[in-house]
Amino acid sequence: MALLAKRVRKNWGLYVLISPVIAFFILFEYVPMYGVQIAFKNFVAVKGIWGSPWAGFKHFERFFASYYFWRLMKNTLGIGVYQLLVGFPVPILLALAVNEVRSKKFSRFVQTVTYAPHFLSTVVMVGLLMIFLSPQTGLLNKAIVLFGGEPIPFLTEPAWFKTVYVFSGIWQQMGWSSIIYLAALTGIDQQLHEAARVDGASRLQRIWHINLPGIMPTIIVLLILQIGSIVGVGFEKVYLMQNSLNMPASDVISTNVYRSGILGAQYSYSAAVGLFNSVINFILLVTVNRIARKVSETSLW
Amino acid sequence: MNNVTAADKTFDAIVHISLLILSIIVLYPLVYVLVASISSPEAVLRGEVWLWPKNLTGVGYAKLLQNREILTGYGNTLLYTAAGTAVNLAMTIAAAYPLSRKDFVGRGAITAMMVFTMFFSGGMIPTYLLIKQLGMLNSAWAMIIPGAVSVWYIMIMRTFFQNGIPYEMQEAAAMDGCSNMTILLRIVLPLSMPIIAVMLLFYSVGHWNAYFSAMIYLSDRDKYPLQLFLREILVQGEMTEMLGVGDDTNAKNMLDAEAIKYAAVIVANLPVLMLYPFLQKYFVKGVMIGAVKG
Repeated sequence: MALLAKRVRKNWGLYVLISPVIAFFILFEYVPMYGVQIAFKNFVAVKGIWGSPWAGFKHFERFFASYYFWRLMKNTLGIGVYQLLVGFPVPILLALAVNEVRSKKFSRFVQTVTYAPHFLSTVVMVGLLMIFLSPQTGLLNKAIVLFGGEPIPFLTEPAWFKTVYVFSGIWQQMGWSSIIYLAALTGIDQQLHEAARVDGASRLQRIWHINLPGIMPTIIVLLILQIGSIVGVGFEKVYLMQNSLNMPASDVISTNVYRSGILGAQYSYSAAVGLFNSVINFILLVTVNRIARKVSETSLW
Repeated sequence: MNNVTAADKTFDAIVHISLLILSIIVLYPLVYVLVASISSPEAVLRGEVWLWPKNLTGVGYAKLLQNREILTGYGNTLLYTAAGTAVNLAMTIAAAYPLSRKDFVGRGAITAMMVFTMFFSGGMIPTYLLIKQLGMLNSAWAMIIPGAVSVWYIMIMRTFFQNGIPYEMQEAAAMDGCSNMTILLRIVLPLSMPIIAVMLLFYSVGHWNAYFSAMIYLSDRDKYPLQLFLREILVQGEMTEMLGVGDDTNAKNMLDAEAIKYAAVIVANLPVLMLYPFLQKYFVKGVMIGAVKG
């Protein structure tokens, strides 16, 4: 005890240094968690969060019973799962392919090009989608017409929403997401490859039996993270891509929270919807992590 | 390689061709926007522009830069980016350094407290109400303070301090009578320039591109960052002021509107585009450092 106190005293400067950061986390992360109680209250602005009267599960019941509930669930989960199934393998494939390139120059060219779109803002990204996918002036539709097809209203047709969302996300992020796998690939022992080559393994066999298992822990960790955020479909891009015509396919929980909460000032109701979202995310994350630990001995914690 | 088989050669060819096609798919839209932004809008709309500018013009840029709000937005974004990044860096170092020290009592608990917020949060509404209660609505503070630090980057920097700077060196300095602050300022930070450069890049790109907090928290147009004006131009197609309605025909307006969109994309990304080649080696290193141990 005395020893502990002595160590704390010796490093008092470090505690001073970190205290603003701790204060930040308490104020901007933990106070809102405490504020989540308004989901169970009827928020009255003048009384504040603490003084507002309790309402029980009223707001949750209203949400579950509402016409929007199934639509929001279907869209949120649908986009999340689509993104996971189609988007998750792409960076892995890209990293495996780039890793096979022996020419330093070509490999750097591919990387420079594929990383670049990551730095575009969401606003610019959605702006590009509008420029390229416009039925009248968009380049893609011009190409479709050129080959004798009919222009497709990609951005207003609900059936296209998820595909446009997921594939533009791949376009923007695949290079960037592949960096982490490339890093893992450089960590693989070259002697394994030498040995396999001596045994007559083909390039494909070596990728399958050496490279892929070598980056498996990285893949699993990122998979857990992504499954854990499946319901947390990013607000920013969905919101910008939304319009009154594609709403049946594009309305997700977070945009609904924004609309009814911040625009509509129904604070308690939206906080309930938001809390429901966070809780599902958290449960998913914990569950997937537990499964991963059992099956593969790799996990987040 | 003397035992290259035919199968290996085919494999190589497939890999190279796929990567080349992929690179073209990623690069082409960006090149097209650049080329279209300096071509005459008529030619662009007729579909005559593919890879090379046609009838060089700067009409989009001229119209865009005549607009006072765009310049205001640029100025605000510069301010939020500079101030925000400075706060980010100071906070990240202030958290990462103590957490990197083995002799820092309580590091486990503090780390857990921070990491937990990556997986669970109060959500949009309670955070909004907090900002409102703090009186930060519609002020520049709302653009800087609520996002003052990122857990992920704290962890990356902590890992760098732990693995990149020998603890023995710090101990020796302490023996010589250096205080913790002196060790940090004189020894640790000078040795951490690569990771600081990476953080500078990541945080500043984040601020440059941010629109969400501005959309929620700001209401005065003269405080808007560039991205909110871009949203009006690119996503909502609102640019009546720039087009100067009244003195031109509808068709002319439509052409100008297209030109403005292309110019807006380029202008918005100019700083990042110009810095990109120089920064590339840094950001790859940064992600790799983070990848070693999360």
